[in-house]
Amino acid sequence: MSGPLLEVDGLRVGFATEDGRVQAVDGVDFRLEAGEVLAIVGESGSGKSVTAQTIIGLTRSPNTFVEGSVKLNGEELTTQTEAQLQDVRGSKIAMIFQDPMTSFNPVYSIGRQMVEAIRAHDRSIDKKAAHRRAAELLDAVGIPDADRRVDDYPHEFSGGMRQRAMIAMGLALEPSVLIADEPTTALDVTIQAQILDLIQDLNRSRGLATILITHDLGVVAEVADRVLVMYGGKVVERGSLDDIFYDPQHPYTWGLLGSLTRLDQPRPHRLPQISGAPPSLLNLPTGCAFRPRCPHEFGKCGEVPGLEARLADSPEHRDRCWLTPEQKRAMRQIEGRIGLEEPA
Amino acid sequence: MLRFLVRRLIGAIAVLFAISILVFLIFNVVPATNPAQRIAGKNATPQLIKSVEEEWGFDKSLPEQYWTQMKLIFTGQVTSYNSHVNIDERILEGIPATASLCIGAAIIWLAFGILFGYLSAIRAGGFTDRALTVLALIGISMPVFWLASILLYYLTYKIELFPSNGYQPLSNPWEWFTHLILPWISLAVLYVGFYSRVLRSSMLDVMNEDYVRTARAKGLSHRRVMTRHVLRNSLIPVITLFGLDFGAVIGGGAIITEFMFNIHGVGYFTAEALKNQDFPSIMAVAIFGAFFIVLFNMFVDIAYAYLDPRIRLGTQAT
Repeated sequence: MSGPLLEVDGLRVGFATEDGRVQAVDGVDFRLEAGEVLAIVGESGSGKSVTAQTIIGLTRSPNTFVEGSVKLNGEELTTQTEAQLQDVRGSKIAMIFQDPMTSFNPVYSIGRQMVEAIRAHDRSIDKKAAHRRAAELLDAVGIPDADRRVDDYPHEFSGGMRQRAMIAMGLALEPSVLIADEPTTALDVTIQAQILDLIQDLNRSRGLATILITHDLGVVAEVADRVLVMYGGKVVERGSLDDIFYDPQHPYTWGLLGSLTRLDQPRPHRLPQISGAPPSLLNLPTGCAFRPRCPHEFGKCGEVPGLEARLADSPEHRDRCWLTPEQKRAMRQIEGRIGLEEPA
Repeated sequence: MLRFLVRRLIGAIAVLFAISILVFLIFNVVPATNPAQRIAGKNATPQLIKSVEEEWGFDKSLPEQYWTQMKLIFTGQVTSYNSHVNIDERILEGIPATASLCIGAAIIWLAFGILFGYLSAIRAGGFTDRALTVLALIGISMPVFWLASILLYYLTYKIELFPSNGYQPLSNPWEWFTHLILPWISLAVLYVGFYSRVLRSSMLDVMNEDYVRTARAKGLSHRRVMTRHVLRNSLIPVITLFGLDFGAVIGGGAIITEFMFNIHGVGYFTAEALKNQDFPSIMAVAIFGAFFIVLFNMFVDIAYAYLDPRIRLGTQAT
């Protein structure tokens, strides 16, 4: 098939609140090809989760305003009816969430919830077959003794097992896209690595295109092919994994990278952090949204910078910062702590 | 599950025992006057008081008094010295009427409470929700005696739509039914209002749960998400209330409704006993009522276990 699997164009999502309209997502574009892992990175409130939920229409409500386009295999999703979208959810695009502790209904067994997902899309599968399928899926995501544990209740599973089960449930109908909204945030580090391995594995073995939403660049470094950095509802930088990690262009990306712990450098007294707090979406600064927190702000930052390719040799690497690439390199050198080596 | 049931049963028996001691103390020890005098009634002769003292063992120690009294109540030997009827028999006679009233009313209040609460919640903020909110508040605000009077005046006296002469036994189902419609409505209206409010707020809470989002994300229809995932998890507070309320009314708590509609059930008997200060009757009715409240609370616990596996399996979720 020609064309991208999932194509998001000029997506804007606004919510009407008592204090006025909040533009949670303000112009997001990306394409996702089959078998690719796209990471969307940003702090709380940067619009990354809203973007993901809007793709499958979970943010729809009378108080939500969605503009732009979301196309799956060339088919527009934003204008589909709720009933049409129900067909897409789960069967073509699956979504898993941050907290596996609360993402299963505590009163039904894991297996029953999986059967429900399977039969919601295909009534021809009888309950027994669906139940068998659920057990197979649990086995496939590495739940030991899956035949027996499929009838367990969510509280009888550990956090990591629940997230595996969430993924298994997401895979039940062999979707082509998996959206993972902070899938490892609520898990401890060793379990995080296992879940990421699992996602990567599925991505490779099934060609499952994956959107990984996270604020953890460590997670991104492990699995992503391409990265989208969001701030204040806008994409501030995007590029390949190497682009973002070895030649980051936006000061916000520098800040994110700078606040990572690194094993290859002397341990700092305190982890660096980006000073200030994310802006309120009700009251965004004029111009570049990162301006109030940016140490490199200058006169031009009062205008909103476009998302443009500023490096002559990599047209896919784009950012929203008025500084020239030379200035950026020089500043990164001075800041030092980002310590980015050129790729070998 | 069996262990769970046995635990609950033992707990219920212990609670009943504690209540019987409390009732005994309140009626016999706390008041400063001679308990035999009170039991014998207002116009008792000295001989009667003397015989009451002997029968109830007031000359013995407190544990012995307790034992004697409970034996009298539980073996059906207490007699009202006011009306000279056997109290236990009188309560048992009242059960069919009270049960007919309460079960019918409970079906109405559960069905409409859940229906209105559900509609309110899925249309939260809209016209349906606002209209139902106003109706619920009206229902909660109307005193039972007032509502009963209005219904009786307009529907029975003015247009003679419903009959008036009290309770008719179930042996004639049609008579039974028509005589109970107004009492059912009078008793149920308050609870319908109350339950719909409780369910509405409970559902609005549950709708924000992560697992509801999961249910939507896997492509379930709106209705299925609402009934299977939201409603079921929202029913727990409603069931808690129901256990308490139903236990209370069936144990003789529907005093006003029974009195207004001349239904000679347990509540009516309670009203009479209170009016005449008939202490043995009040004591027996209090224990009878407590029994039903404890019984239905046990049912509530079992219903919880059915609705929530974390309780059934005796473990707490993290």
